[in-house]
Amino acid sequence: MWPRRQALRALGASLALPALTPAFAQFRVEIKGTGATQIPIVLGRFRDEDRQPQSISAIVRADLERSGVFRIVDGPAPADENGLPDYNTLRARGADAVVAGSASRLADGRIDVRFRLWDVVKGADQGGQSEPSLPVDLRLAAHHVSDQIYQKLTGERGIFSTRIAYVTKAPGKFTLRITDADGENIQPALIDNEPIISPSWSPDGSELAYVTFHDKKAKVVIRNVRQGSIREVASFRGSNSAPSFSPDGRTLAVTLSKDGGSHVYLMDRSGANVRRFTDSTGIDTEAKFSPDGASVYFVSDRGGGPQIYRQPVAGGAAQRVTFSGAYNISPALSPDGKLLAYISRGSGFKVMVMNLGTGDAQAISDTNDDESPSFAPNSRYIIYATKANGRDVLMTSLTDGKGKATLIESGLDIREPVWGPYGR
Amino acid sequence: MIKNSGKMLLALASVAVVAGCASPVKLDKPVEVEKKDVQTTTTTTTPDTGKSTVATTDQSSKLNAPITLDRVIYFDFDSYAVKDEFRPIVEAHANLLKQNSSAKEVAEGHTDERGGSEYNLALGQKRAEAVVQQMKVLGVGDSQLEAVSYGKERPAVDGHDESAWAKNRRVELRSK
Repeated sequence: MWPRRQALRALGASLALPALTPAFAQFRVEIKGTGATQIPIVLGRFRDEDRQPQSISAIVRADLERSGVFRIVDGPAPADENGLPDYNTLRARGADAVVAGSASRLADGRIDVRFRLWDVVKGADQGGQSEPSLPVDLRLAAHHVSDQIYQKLTGERGIFSTRIAYVTKAPGKFTLRITDADGENIQPALIDNEPIISPSWSPDGSELAYVTFHDKKAKVVIRNVRQGSIREVASFRGSNSAPSFSPDGRTLAVTLSKDGGSHVYLMDRSGANVRRFTDSTGIDTEAKFSPDGASVYFVSDRGGGPQIYRQPVAGGAAQRVTFSGAYNISPALSPDGKLLAYISRGSGFKVMVMNLGTGDAQAISDTNDDESPSFAPNSRYIIYATKANGRDVLMTSLTDGKGKATLIESGLDIREPVWGPYGR
Repeated sequence: MIKNSGKMLLALASVAVVAGCASPVKLDKPVEVEKKDVQTTTTTTTPDTGKSTVATTDQSSKLNAPITLDRVIYFDFDSYAVKDEFRPIVEAHANLLKQNSSAKEVAEGHTDERGGSEYNLALGQKRAEAVVQQMKVLGVGDSQLEAVSYGKERPAVDGHDESAWAKNRRVELRSK
């Protein structure tokens, strides 16, 4: 019995956001912090991968290595997923697991990405998978392999296939971008001269809601990520902003000023059936659903300065959640329902993480200009925008603040990160 | 030149490939623009004035104010109160709109860069609504005014000190 789960818990300072970048990528991920106990694993090259546009084993290796959970060791791997491991030699090399696979072209032009994982300690086949993929989806197929290895060996779901949406700003140009979680394959989704703010993923990852100022005022638009088709869901009089999907994807919370001031409203995903949700004489905005869909957290300054409140969707009074500090905004809920992240203004702006069970909160950053925290779908990591060395960056961190990694965009202001869901 | 178009071709091709489906991802599609009603006027001619008569309709707005008005109102930090020194601007615009009931203006609220985007959007909205409210008190019709906000997204001045911040905390009045 080997301590897979203990290895993961003892992660401590190590970091689970992968990736190195080829020279032309705009996005560089730096990893700080070293791993604690790591699982030694041999990763063979995938048969025929040299004939394909992407090296599957290189992507998997980068994912596993940079997760901080694995240590890649040298050793003999089977030639492909149908081979047999040389357990004696592997054990002599100190490996606990070995992976082999293949990436062969099928008659229809797709590439069949196959792998198998063996437990070297037990001398047992742990299973594998085949995934025929379009060439354009090869990186995704490799990330799926990483996810499965990670899950088989740690018992936890991997986030290697997830994506992050964010906004960059250059003089006179705003771009809504989507990156794979390894910082590769960055694609622009929308380019405009007018600002874009507040991107928000639909729960199934097929759509992004966001605020556009294209018509010289704030409007909420929902965009199909793959096809680029858009629909306007909130363009009422005044400003329309802060979109956020309910966990079942059927409801959208938005901030509208159509009745004066700024308040939270709920509407169907289509934009129909608009009804007012918050009721105060102050500003109510930045609504986020709880993971069980039963409550909405939001920012309100009804008590003076902005604080975070929670209100039941089915009806009932709002209850204040943040009591420390005079200015608390930008709530984000971890998908497991345990944590609330937000920004607190003291001498600077800092990401705070609150344990919703106890109410205890701690600052997790050592920077002073933090914005927009967002949880990864496995609830283990947070991404946020901040300034480091005078430049705008995206930073990832474990939820206790350890294992920070910097995502750097060369020269551009980068902001509003939001971590996409599982399921790609 | 060939190098550049080659790169462009590669970029376009990779966009198409990356989309992973038959049609390429549209990078930038204009959002629907609200359709504005076209104003029509009818004119009548009096009989027996001859075939050469041309009827005249004057649709121009009659301005008493100068052609260029001051249109920016500045605010104190964390405040949406319109200070006395800016009342003349508010009054001048209000007079303009009262003289021409078909004229419309938008009050655009802004904040300095400090704080979150969405909360600042709401603060800018409060500033714009404060100006609009003053103009309505002066007699301007509700349908002639709209309050919107850019929050901190469109600073007038780049800079990270109070002199820049002070110039960004503002409401701009523009014709619609």
